Amino acid sequence: MSRFVPLIVVAALVALFLGMMLSDRNPNEIDSVLIGREAPEFSLASLDDASPALTQADLSTGKPVLVNFFASWCVPCRAEHENLMRLAGDYRVEVIGIAYKNEKDQAIGFLNELGNPFSKTGLDLDGRVGIDWGVSGVPETFLIDGDGIVRYRHWGPIVGDSLETRLLPELEALR
Amino acid sequence: MAGEIGHFALLLALMFALVGATVPHIGAARGNAAFMALADRAILAQFAMAAVAFAALTYAFVTSDFSVVNVATNSHTLKPLLYKISGTWGNHEGSLLFWVLNLTLFGALVSWRGRKLPLRFRSRVLAVQSTLILGFLLFIIFTSNPFLRLDPAPFEGNGLNPLLQDPGLAFHPPMLYLGYVGLSVAFSFAVAALIEGEVTPLWARWVRPWALLAWVFLTGGIALGSWWAYYELGWGGWWFWDPVENASFMPWLVAAALLHSAIVVEKRDALKSWTILLAIIAFSLSLLGTFVVRSGVITSVHAFANDPARGIFILAFLAIVVGGSVTLYAWRAPKLAPSGLFGVVSRESALVVNNIFLSTFAAVVLVGTLYPLFVEASGAGQISVGPPFFEYAAAVLMSPLIVALGIGPLLAWKRGNVSRSVQIVFPALIVGFVAAIVLVWRTSGDFVMTAFGLGLAAWLVSSVLLEIANRLRLRKGASIASALRKITRAQWGMSMAHMGLGFILLGITISEAFTTEELTVMAPGDTVDVAGYDFTFEGVAPIVGPNYTAVRGFFTVYEGETILTSLMPEDRVYSNPVMTTTEAAIYPLFSGDLYAVIGEAASSGRWSVRLYFKPMISGLWLGAFMMMVGGVLSLSDRRLRIGLPTGRKARVSGASA
Repeated sequence: MSRFVPLIVVAALVALFLGMMLSDRNPNEIDSVLIGREAPEFSLASLDDASPALTQADLSTGKPVLVNFFASWCVPCRAEHENLMRLAGDYRVEVIGIAYKNEKDQAIGFLNELGNPFSKTGLDLDGRVGIDWGVSGVPETFLIDGDGIVRYRHWGPIVGDSLETRLLPELEALR
Repeated sequence: MAGEIGHFALLLALMFALVGATVPHIGAARGNAAFMALADRAILAQFAMAAVAFAALTYAFVTSDFSVVNVATNSHTLKPLLYKISGTWGNHEGSLLFWVLNLTLFGALVSWRGRKLPLRFRSRVLAVQSTLILGFLLFIIFTSNPFLRLDPAPFEGNGLNPLLQDPGLAFHPPMLYLGYVGLSVAFSFAVAALIEGEVTPLWARWVRPWALLAWVFLTGGIALGSWWAYYELGWGGWWFWDPVENASFMPWLVAAALLHSAIVVEKRDALKSWTILLAIIAFSLSLLGTFVVRSGVITSVHAFANDPARGIFILAFLAIVVGGSVTLYAWRAPKLAPSGLFGVVSRESALVVNNIFLSTFAAVVLVGTLYPLFVEASGAGQISVGPPFFEYAAAVLMSPLIVALGIGPLLAWKRGNVSRSVQIVFPALIVGFVAAIVLVWRTSGDFVMTAFGLGLAAWLVSSVLLEIANRLRLRKGASIASALRKITRAQWGMSMAHMGLGFILLGITISEAFTTEELTVMAPGDTVDVAGYDFTFEGVAPIVGPNYTAVRGFFTVYEGETILTSLMPEDRVYSNPVMTTTEAAIYPLFSGDLYAVIGEAASSGRWSVRLYFKPMISGLWLGAFMMMVGGVLSLSDRRLRIGLPTGRKARVSGASA
C-alpha cells in the first residue's frame, strides 16, 4: 500500500525526534573514544616543585581516580570547583588535576585562591596531553578505575545535579 | 509603547487566524457562501496584524529600545543601521515573526490574485494557510514572544553575533524564509485539493507559479549563504554538507521536482497524487529545516536557538501538520486517478526521470543528515556522515539527470522521438566528449572525475544552445529577430535555468580540481607565487571599525610585472559580544578568484597567511543567478500573469466523500 508509505515514514521520524529530545543528551557532547581503554601514556611536571612528575602509573594504584583538566582562565572551572572540593573529601576516589594550557604561576594562584582539591597535579602547558586524551575544552573530567582503564568522561563542568545524577553513580558502579 | 502594540497585534492576529482556520471549512461543508467568503477577509486581517507586529519590532530595533528583551539581547547602539534592521530577523523570536508575516502575506496574495479561483476551493486553501499561521502564532506567543519587557532596561544591548553582521548574511535568512514560506502556498493548495478530493489541470496551473517563486527565493537564499561561507569563514570552501545546509537544500530539490511535475499535471492530467505528495513533502522539509535549527536535536554552526521546550512544541506542530497531511493523503490518494496518458518516450517521461532523480537525491540527503541520529538512537554510538557520502551521491544521481536534461526539452509532448532529438543534440554530445578527452589528455588521466564533470557541463550548456537554435530553425522564413521574439519567456526561463546548472557544474568541477592553495608564513616584503600570480606581502595595520577592531593585511598581486590588484584581508575582533571573524579578501578575475586570508602573528613580525587561486569559482554564483533569472522570466510569462482562461471552467465540485 504505497499511499501509506509517507505516513509511516513521518511517524517513524516523529518518534525518532521525540526520543532524541526526551533523552537527556547534549548534541554538542561527543562520546570519548577512551572509554573502556587504558589512559594514554604521559608524564607531566607537578605544579608543586617538591612532588615527582605525574605519570600514567599514578592512575593505576588500585583506587579509582578522577582526572580533572582545568585552567585558571576558565570560568566554568570556577563554577565546578566547589564540587571538586567535595570530591576531595570522598574516601572512594582520588582527585588529580591537570592544568591545561595554563601558566604555572596562574594555575597555582587559582588553587591558592579557591582551595586545592587535588592530591597530585600536572602541568600541560602546550596542551599535548590534552590532545592525547581528546580534550575539546576545559573543564573535562575522566573517571579511571583502579587498573588505569577510563570508565567515564564528564564533558563540561560538574555543576547543578550532574554530580549526583551522573558522576557519583558512575563512581558507585566501579565498586 | 511599540512593544505593547506589537504584542496586542499578535493576539488579534491569533483571533483572526482562529476564525480563518475554522469558519471557511464550515461554510464549505454546508455550502454557506458568506462563511466561505470570510476566509478572504480573515487572511487580510491576519496580514495587517502581522505587519503591525513586525513593524513594531523593527521600530524597537531601529530605535534601540532595550526595554524589550529581544532587542537588548540581540542589538547594540553602535551597530550600523542595516544590521539593526537585519537584527529583527537575525534571532529566534524575530525570525518566527518574519515567518508569520510571510505566511500571512502569501495568504493575502492568494486571496488577491485568486479571485478567479472558485470560492469554495479558495476558502479551503486560505483556511489551511490560516491553520499554519495559527500554529506559528501559538508557538510565538507561548514560547518565543519577541515583545517581552525587561525592567529595568539596560543602557546597552548585547550585540548581534558578529558572524551575522555581514551584508550577505543580512539577506540570506529572509530569502530562505521567503522560499520556505512560499512552499506553504503549494502545501495549502495540496491539502485543499485532498479535502475536496479532486486535482484538476487548473490546480497545477495555480500551484506552479508559487512553487517556482519559492524555488527562486530558495535558490537565492542558498546561494547567498554559500557565498557568505566562501568569503567569511575563510576556508575557501562554499558548501559543507552541514545539517542545516542540507535542511535548506532538500526543500530546494523537492521544489525543483514539484515545479517540473506540475507541468505534467497541467499538460496531461497525470502524476496527480505524486505532485500532491511533492507539495506536501516540500513544505514539510521546510518545517523540518526550521525544526532542525531550533530543536537542539542536531548540532550545527547554525543552531542559534537550542531549547528543548521549543523543540517539543515544534515537533508537536510538525507532527500535526505533516502527519495530518500525509494521513489525508493516504485516505484520498486513490481518488486522484490520472485521466491522461503519455508514451514512454515523451517530454512527460523526461520530466518523470527528472522527478525520480531529484527526489531520490533529496531522500539520500535526508538519510545522510538523519543517519547519525538513527545510529545514536539505536545505541550504536556516535558517527557523522561527511561530505564524501553526499558528494558520491551527488555524482551518481545528478550525472544521469544532467544527461537526460540535455535531451528532455527536445522531446515532444505525449509522444516523442528519441532518434530525432539525439540528432539535434548530437553536436553537444561531441562537445562534451571532446572537452572530457582534452582534459584527460592534458592531465594524463589523473582527473577522471574532473573530465567527466567537465564533459557533463559542456554537454549541458551546448545542448541548451542547440535547443534554442532548434526552436529558431522550426520557424523557417521568419527573420532571426522575429523568431527570437516568438520564443516565450517561459521557454527562455527554462533554457536560462538549465544553462545556469551547467555553469554551476563547471564552477564546481574546475575549482575543485585546480585550486592552488598556499599556506605559509610571510614577512613583509616576501613574495609567494600562487598559480602564476605573485602575492607580495606589504605588511599589516590595525583598523578600527564601528564595533570591532581588526588587523588588516596588505597584499599586492602581480601578474608578471604588472600590478593586478591589492588584497586587504582582515582578522576582526568584535567588541559586543567578543568574537573573532575572518574577512577574506577576494578579487574575481574572469579565470577565477584570487583569495587571501590573514591568520595569526608568528614570531619576528611574520604572519601566517593563506592564499588561493580558485579558477572558475564564479560559475557557482553566476549559475545560481541565472537560475533565479530563469525562474523570474518564467514567472513573468504572460500565460501565468493573466491567470487562467475563463473558458476552461474549474471543476471543483462539491463531491467529497
